[in-house]
Amino acid sequence: MSQPETITLDLNGFPTRIWRKGQGPVLGFLAGFGGLPRWVPFLDRLAERRTVIVPSLPGFPGGDRGHSVLDSHLDWLLATRQLLVAAGLEGADLAGSSVGASLAAEMAAVWPQAVRRLALIAPFGLYDEEDPPADPWAQRAEVLPGLLTADPETWRALKALPESANSVEWPIEQTRAAEAAARIFWPLGNTGLERRLPLIKAPTLLLWGAEDRIMPRSYAARFAARLGGPNETRIIPGAAHLAELDQPDAVARAILDWTE
Amino acid sequence: MKLMWFHLMPYTELPEDFRERHPSVWVDIHSSLFDPKRAHHMYNDFMDELEFAADCGFDAICVNEHHSNGYGLMPSPNLIATALARRTDDVALCVMGNSLALYNPPTRVAEEFAMIDVISGGRLIAGFPVGTPMDTCFAYGQNPSMLRERYLEAHDLVLRAWTERETFAFNGRFNQQRYVNIWPRPVQQPHPPIWIPGGGSVETWQWCARMDYVYCYLSYYGYKAGKATMDGFWAEMQRLGKDRNPYRAGFLQFVGVAESREQAIELYSEPAEYFYGRCLHVDPRFAAPPGYSTEATQRAGLESQVKQVASAQTLIAEQRRQRTSVTMQDIVDRGYVVVGTPDQVVEQLREVAGSLNVGHLMLLLQFGNMNKDLTQYNTRLFAEKVMPKLKGMFPDWEDRWWPRPMARGERAAPAALAPRLAAE
Repeated sequence: MSQPETITLDLNGFPTRIWRKGQGPVLGFLAGFGGLPRWVPFLDRLAERRTVIVPSLPGFPGGDRGHSVLDSHLDWLLATRQLLVAAGLEGADLAGSSVGASLAAEMAAVWPQAVRRLALIAPFGLYDEEDPPADPWAQRAEVLPGLLTADPETWRALKALPESANSVEWPIEQTRAAEAAARIFWPLGNTGLERRLPLIKAPTLLLWGAEDRIMPRSYAARFAARLGGPNETRIIPGAAHLAELDQPDAVARAILDWTE
Repeated sequence: MKLMWFHLMPYTELPEDFRERHPSVWVDIHSSLFDPKRAHHMYNDFMDELEFAADCGFDAICVNEHHSNGYGLMPSPNLIATALARRTDDVALCVMGNSLALYNPPTRVAEEFAMIDVISGGRLIAGFPVGTPMDTCFAYGQNPSMLRERYLEAHDLVLRAWTERETFAFNGRFNQQRYVNIWPRPVQQPHPPIWIPGGGSVETWQWCARMDYVYCYLSYYGYKAGKATMDGFWAEMQRLGKDRNPYRAGFLQFVGVAESREQAIELYSEPAEYFYGRCLHVDPRFAAPPGYSTEATQRAGLESQVKQVASAQTLIAEQRRQRTSVTMQDIVDRGYVVVGTPDQVVEQLREVAGSLNVGHLMLLLQFGNMNKDLTQYNTRLFAEKVMPKLKGMFPDWEDRWWPRPMARGERAAPAALAPRLAAE
């Protein structure tokens, strides 16, 4: 697994990391809950056939403290939009997971020309009283990994302190990622995205981990029923909320097939 | 030295197997455990106890704010403080306090505190806590990532609402109000003394120093655990060029006094074990919503194992370290509760106040399921035998942070006081 090229650009005054790897048509990816403190196999799979561009969302690893100036949902949408344009993703295929999937959906709804084809892995943003999402911010530390990934070790490995990293700043950065997600989604209620789903005309692939313990699988049908364009739903066996971490090959293949 | 009588108002009838059968005393404590008709008696007993403490000569009676909490039955301390204002005359009313970010608009706090100050003739101490994660982020649903910014802005708004003479527009980041003009205005000018209960964050200390506010460390773990925090506070004051006036600080301490040490242990073991066993049984999943602790505070905690992040995480971690059956022996050995004869308590509290350099000692003389009789016994004995020997501490320092009420002769004589006077 070779490392990607890293570009740093300015977003609202904060240095923001853009990863880029591979060849072929551009494909963007917006990370999920917890962000991406390190490059992961899933992105390598995508980079085998596409130029993968991974902008860090504000406050997520690589996104510095960019979340701290975003006070409203509109602020977040505009920041994401600026980021995608600056990263060269205008009009490109876009995939996202969890937090990133919700923002990717918003991009396609509000700026329809900005996204060609869309792939969403268990997006946040809808709330069903009959089947509420789990609260990822009210979990005991030992429980959270098993909620996010099917194998808790997958999450732990993502978040483990690398040998070269600062042992003080690294954990702060991981907490910051959870805070940034809270800043936009707390308390994981309805963001209003449901009302905007009919505006999404881009062909949309919905991917859901069969064992998602954060966003129940019932939300896939809720999304599908409201999307304004052609869509398909695929359930990923052996995967939980962050399906791209649990099943990198299957999720990458589904996204590549959908966006070709 | 000021001796202040603090009530948390704990629900006193949590079942014996509470820890085993229920995940948390806070946030999602089950409604079936709350009996309103029993709570009717609890509230009235608690208010009797606060009034009794005032009659015994304590400098202040103190109440605070908690939500969805089995050991704190005051979602609105202002309601209690107002009732107390009508039933007391000279005692200071310390509302410790209102969590500013929970009020929309925050001018509600400026108004209600001004009401208490006016009704009481200027006896209010205005406490402004950020509020615990359990209260603010979970029970009240506030976003942990914006809580502190909202708190600070609300503080600015309340302060302006109290002090500006003309109707003004507040154009804040989180609050926009076109016409701010509160009625009533506080008796104490420019505003009631402001006290800040906080954990051990350097930013809070710096802010208190800059604003000239009292910093209060309200820990349930007594003076031994509180020493590091208060040392940190005073080191920061020195660094900022502030004097060591002990009235810059407040500290909470549980106390049980009796004729002999053995008797004190016998009398106070049950309520202490009830408090540390059942009341502090908080589910750790509510301890640390991300963003609640600032990154500077996290950094300080990570960089030093000695200087802990004094916050809900510490509280809950400490509580989890305890065995299910936390014993009175542990509670006393660790200094959570100071117990003994009046002279032994005097000696220990002199040590507490002296070593922590704290001029405002907030005393929990009711704790856990302590009944009214025992509470009043503890309170009276303390007032008669302990208080006189502590009052004279810190004679060289002026308490610039104490209420300045209207002169006695100018104040109303509420009818609420009359029946009590007649009965005496």
